[in-house]
Amino acid sequence: MSAEPKAAVLPGVRLGRVSFVWRPWLVAVTLLLAAATFLLFCLSIGIGDFPIGLPQVIATIFGHGEPVDEFVIMDLRLPRALAGLVVGVALGVSGAITQSIARNPLASPDVLGITSGAGAVAVFLVTVSGGTATAIVDSVGLSAAALGGGLGTGLLVYFLAWRRGLDGFRLILIGISVTAVMEAITTWLLATADIRDVARAQAWLVGSLDDRGWDEVRTALWCTLALLAVVSCVAFQFKPLHFGDEVAAGLGVRYARVRAVMLLCAVLLAGAAVSAAGPVPFVALVAPQVALRLTRCPTPPLAASGLVGALLLIGADLVARTALPVGLPVGVVTAAIGGPFLVHLLVRANVR
Amino acid sequence: MGMTAVERAAPRASTPTRRRRVVGLGALMAILVVTAAVSLAVGARALSPAEVWHGLFAAPEADQRLTEIRLIVRTVRVPRTVLAVVAGIALGVGGALIQGHTRNPIADTGLLGVNAGASFAVVSAITLFGLTNPFQYVWFAFLGAAVAGVVVFGLSSLGRGAGNPLTLALAGQGVAVFLAAMTTAIALTDQAALNALRFWNAGSVAGVGFGVIWPVTAFIAVGLVLALSTLPAINLLNLGDDVARGLGVNIALSRTVGILAITLLAGAATAACGPIAFLGLMVAHVARYLTGPDYRWLVPYAGLLGAIVLLVCDIVGRLVVRPGELDAGVVVALLGAPFFAALVWLGKFKNA
Repeated sequence: MSAEPKAAVLPGVRLGRVSFVWRPWLVAVTLLLAAATFLLFCLSIGIGDFPIGLPQVIATIFGHGEPVDEFVIMDLRLPRALAGLVVGVALGVSGAITQSIARNPLASPDVLGITSGAGAVAVFLVTVSGGTATAIVDSVGLSAAALGGGLGTGLLVYFLAWRRGLDGFRLILIGISVTAVMEAITTWLLATADIRDVARAQAWLVGSLDDRGWDEVRTALWCTLALLAVVSCVAFQFKPLHFGDEVAAGLGVRYARVRAVMLLCAVLLAGAAVSAAGPVPFVALVAPQVALRLTRCPTPPLAASGLVGALLLIGADLVARTALPVGLPVGVVTAAIGGPFLVHLLVRANVR
Repeated sequence: MGMTAVERAAPRASTPTRRRRVVGLGALMAILVVTAAVSLAVGARALSPAEVWHGLFAAPEADQRLTEIRLIVRTVRVPRTVLAVVAGIALGVGGALIQGHTRNPIADTGLLGVNAGASFAVVSAITLFGLTNPFQYVWFAFLGAAVAGVVVFGLSSLGRGAGNPLTLALAGQGVAVFLAAMTTAIALTDQAALNALRFWNAGSVAGVGFGVIWPVTAFIAVGLVLALSTLPAINLLNLGDDVARGLGVNIALSRTVGILAITLLAGAATAACGPIAFLGLMVAHVARYLTGPDYRWLVPYAGLLGAIVLLVCDIVGRLVVRPGELDAGVVVALLGAPFFAALVWLGKFKNA
């Protein structure tokens, strides 16, 4: 970024065997984002047909609430808010990993085939009414079947790109090809289907948080937590990859293994997000770029990207539920807010 | 070739390379002519070469069968062949240019918001004015594409970092994301718009008359002239803005002309056919593999390849699901993407 002020040499910190660069601005922004996410999370729980004050919400979440509030919050509102949080964090982190590995800000997990694969399978199941399709939907549910398609496509991209190790550039081009095929199938199915089915499929394709209960959220939540644990363990070795394989190897990083693990985590995180909300578009593309500009980091920061993703999704859900006359799905509002915000950040960096 | 001429001009490739490139260009043109001839003969009713010739050049006669052939060739086959060639050239050249100007190997012709702008204009026109005939919204689509391109370029040109390739690419994504969200919002609430959108999205060269094709061709011709005029500058811009400036390139001017050319080319092609994704990206890479990174050769190759691929895909689309047809945009992805992925896997492309 030529417009960014040139940073002075940042001090390094060493604690035992761990060493890192002390970036006060990054830490401050990340903490601020975490606080804002928590606040918005509670606010989103409190606002609704039966409004609940912020102190009561916080008390109830930590187990000291009134019984009435407890029912509304724990059974009705919390799953949806939690779904927003989980999906946002998963997509943000997944996007940050993908953009770092591809070293390309236009790359996102959407390119890795998860969302397009899930979309194609879902549209197929919705539009083709027939023995097998109906049986699949009846037995495992549309979302689960779509998730299976998404993960299958993601892993297909992953292994097609594997040729004596993973290369970011090859991965992205293969991913774009597979995505193009899946989107063409979706387009064709939509163009030939009955218009009522098309409306249903289109609604699914946007991604939504409506009517999310504990059943939908629980799996996504645990998967995301487990994957985030893996990511945070590997993250320390992940950063040097940005300097290129030779430098990373010189710094003692087993770059091939680190890249393979991180990318697999990105694919699975995107899958977890799809399982909870459907293919919410653009969050994974926008969140890392916004986080990168807020924290003034040279590469997409993982934690901040996840938090920006969560803020974006919870905020969009709040806007969709309260401010808009028609109930638009959260995916539409996310894109409508996230796109202009990214443009705003770009223009501000240029004009300053 | 005199010594002085060699020294004065930009560094010339050695004579064998040059000869190889010229021969390649000639071969591509020959393939294009043959493909176009095949395109006139193939379809729901297959015609012999003699019948095609008759249909093209013979004077009207009383014979029922010959009149019918004349009608098929002149009103169905010729328009779609011309449009496939023109749009293919436009998208191929546009794809190569956008990759050159953003220095990003995964940039596609839709990057500047052209496709999103066109789709948004189509659904808006349908919702606001109740248009039903695709011919009525061709020019809305062109307007939408042009406005989106201009807005993206304008936003990325504000302030000091003007025309930074990364800013351009991300601003394009931001605007495209926003427009796509608006398009989806309209499509979800208006079934007529959704119905038109799903056919529009497939991307087809069929069913467009010369009343649309000639004006579109005129816009594309202007775009091509502008594009060709910036080719030497793109070579220098790819060395980095600082080097290019040092070598005397007027960066702002050549980038403005380049973006204007891309908007005209992609916008006009998209208005006539609907969004055809992946074509520009794919042929730009194949052209780079064939010619090397010199844009004075790469761009003409990409244009011819684009025309050939779109024509072949249109022909295949007529043959595979007889008596129906598969839209050319869908075939481009279904046929081109696996082919492209195979080339990627074989390691044919270098990171640009």
